[in-house]
Amino acid sequence: MPPFFIITGIVTLLGAAFAMSLRNLVHCALAMAVAFSGIAALYLQLDAQFVGFAEILVYVGAIAILIVFAILLTRSGEAPEKSVLTSGWMAGIAVSAMVFTMLGWAVLNSSAIPKETPPAPVATVKNVGDALMTKFVLPLEIIGLVLTAAMIGAVIIALKEDSQKSKSEDGGQQ
Amino acid sequence: MLGEQIIKGMAVTARNFFGSYVSKERLTTVQYPEEHLAQKENTRQFPFLVYDGDNWEKGLRCVACQICEKECPPKCIYIVKSKDKKPDYKGQPQIYPLTFDIDISVCMSCQICVEVCPFESIKMDTKFELSTDDRFGGLLLTKDKLAKPNSYYQEMHPHDAAESDAVIAAEKAKAEAKAKATAEAKIKAETEAKAKAAAVAATAPIAAPAPTTQPPAAK
Amino acid sequence: MFDKFDQIFVTALHWLVSFLPEGLRPFVSALICIAFVMSVFPGVFALTTVLERKILGRIQNRYGPNRVGIPFTKIRLCGFGQFIPDGIKSLTKEDIVPRAADKVVHFLAPVVMLVPVLLAYAVLPFGKHMTITDYDAGLLFFFAVGGAVEVSVFMAGWSSRNKYSLLGAMRAIAQMVSYEIPLILSAVTVVMVVGSLNLSEIVKHQNNYTFGIAHWHVFTPWGLVGFILFFIASLAESNRTPFDLPEAESEIIAGYFTEYSGFKFALFFLGEYLGMFAIIGLGITLFLGGWTSPVSFLTWIPSYLWFLSKLMTIVFVFIWIRGTLPRLRMDQLMNFAWKFMLPLALINILVAGIWHYMAADWPRWLVCSAIIFGAYAILGRGLMQNQNFGKRIYRYAE
Repeated sequence: MPPFFIITGIVTLLGAAFAMSLRNLVHCALAMAVAFSGIAALYLQLDAQFVGFAEILVYVGAIAILIVFAILLTRSGEAPEKSVLTSGWMAGIAVSAMVFTMLGWAVLNSSAIPKETPPAPVATVKNVGDALMTKFVLPLEIIGLVLTAAMIGAVIIALKEDSQKSKSEDGGQQ
Repeated sequence: MLGEQIIKGMAVTARNFFGSYVSKERLTTVQYPEEHLAQKENTRQFPFLVYDGDNWEKGLRCVACQICEKECPPKCIYIVKSKDKKPDYKGQPQIYPLTFDIDISVCMSCQICVEVCPFESIKMDTKFELSTDDRFGGLLLTKDKLAKPNSYYQEMHPHDAAESDAVIAAEKAKAEAKAKATAEAKIKAETEAKAKAAAVAATAPIAAPAPTTQPPAAK
Repeated sequence: MFDKFDQIFVTALHWLVSFLPEGLRPFVSALICIAFVMSVFPGVFALTTVLERKILGRIQNRYGPNRVGIPFTKIRLCGFGQFIPDGIKSLTKEDIVPRAADKVVHFLAPVVMLVPVLLAYAVLPFGKHMTITDYDAGLLFFFAVGGAVEVSVFMAGWSSRNKYSLLGAMRAIAQMVSYEIPLILSAVTVVMVVGSLNLSEIVKHQNNYTFGIAHWHVFTPWGLVGFILFFIASLAESNRTPFDLPEAESEIIAGYFTEYSGFKFALFFLGEYLGMFAIIGLGITLFLGGWTSPVSFLTWIPSYLWFLSKLMTIVFVFIWIRGTLPRLRMDQLMNFAWKFMLPLALINILVAGIWHYMAADWPRWLVCSAIIFGAYAILGRGLMQNQNFGKRIYRYAE
């Protein structure tokens, strides 16, 4: 329904705009979380339930928290001295608007976009699961492998500091 | 096994929970304004005056000796003696206190007044719910508020009351014995005097001389 | 006839909505459902606060609150009116915002906690045909909104500009994130066996009876272990003892709640308890059969009464555990989650797979129980071995 779409779109865009332009970095992270929820709402309007809920679960529940922890642990939460926008921001907006219109016109008039939209595929959880296990099983396994490697790497980095420290302690104690 | 002790702990708390509905030892709370814990016999709060019999004015044991007033460390007792006398439990006329005030906002419950009283007349009460909103007059107990019957004392401190009663009974018995002894001696003296007078009357007109030996013998 | 009692709320809703034109019906129906949830569950919350104090009191050999019944009268009702003065007290306390606090975020944190928690009630099946929104991916929705609670905890801790609040918030988030993994993994076993993320479907799967006993998931080996893991993880998610380090009064004053007073604190408190009920409701749906009755001759009792009684039973067990166990320290908590619960949850998934593919006969009971028991014993022994009560080793800061 157009009214809901417009509202959701505005909320998402405002969230993204604030995420760029607010002074306080933690406020920016929270605005980004709002933008993520807006995107999840858009997915839900398109009847893609699995993707929408997974977006909230992963992005808002985990990635926003991760960004916030990173901000806090690196102590860059102080407000910047001068304005976040550089002096030539008007020229920047003009250039980006021109590039956007040119690319948009080129894409819309190309042959890659079909004239009528195809019917939306049924995206129930069962279909997503079937697709993941049959057609897309290789990307799934590769992603799993990459995530496992990342986790093992994180554990090794944390572990090495501990074992080095405790080894030096024990040596000193004796 | 992991978790075994947790289950045991939960069994203990479950026993407490269900037992609190059935047995008294699992729910030891005394709900204060409605229920009271039984007070021990040695409890002491503020003093009161004991009276014998039914009439508190006539039976008041206090004879206004003012020993407790002098011994009281914070000086919370104020006594004014009376001008006339009334008979006490031994039958002797004693003065009594016209005014006997104890300021319980000052009293520190040290019990020294009870220890020094020779007449078993001031004892320690056990009531503590004495709150009042009258800051100055409400905590000044006068003679009428302080006087309580001996039966009350026996109820509050049975052991001490029995001892006190024994002391008083002993004193009374001693006094009675003394009174009896003096009465007997008096009667004896009277009969001897009568006999001596009769003897004097009998022998007076016949023999005039040698009266010097008589008075020592009559004594 | 008993069916009528069972479906009384559904028929009442349809009847109320039938007075309106076609266009307005979804909205009004949604509003009525929202009103239902907002009136029933805060009522259960109020009851639970009094029940908790009374049950804890009885466990500790004393009475709980037993004076306040109906206010302004002498009717005592065994103290169950205590929530009225408690509520009025939190509403009338002064709302103090620290001068250096971030006002917008400080204000929004209780709201951001409460809204996702209330949203989670939309997918729970309270009775037969009594789910408010029956999403295809209902379970995923529940976990998604559960994740949003962590953002609010961070907002509360950081916006107070208070070292202790921030520290408490970090610890609370670490705890919530660590325990979310065994929570979700133990729910995954149910999804594997049932084959759907739809919560009503999961309940229907448990609605068969053999020899008069229902096919609840908790009566299977993987279901029992899954339920215990889910139970412990839900204790940790709701910050209840023994996992209430972030908010315990003797620990870090009140953790991330420190700078909140009056109504905002009441909202946090409400949000925490409502979150507890929601996650217990999910546990009941996944493992304890939702609104079904355990024995086949008691199915005449209405389904929502079964749900409510199961909810209150598990709340009683939560309170019982609170009265029994001491608090876990932060490192003990994290050890427990990562070194015991996570491996056990993964092995549980393996066992659920074996269960699903073996024939429905006694061997699969034996095999699954043996694997689970062995894993539990080994992991438990591993966890208990780390108690090195030796000479203390000092680690100095560099």
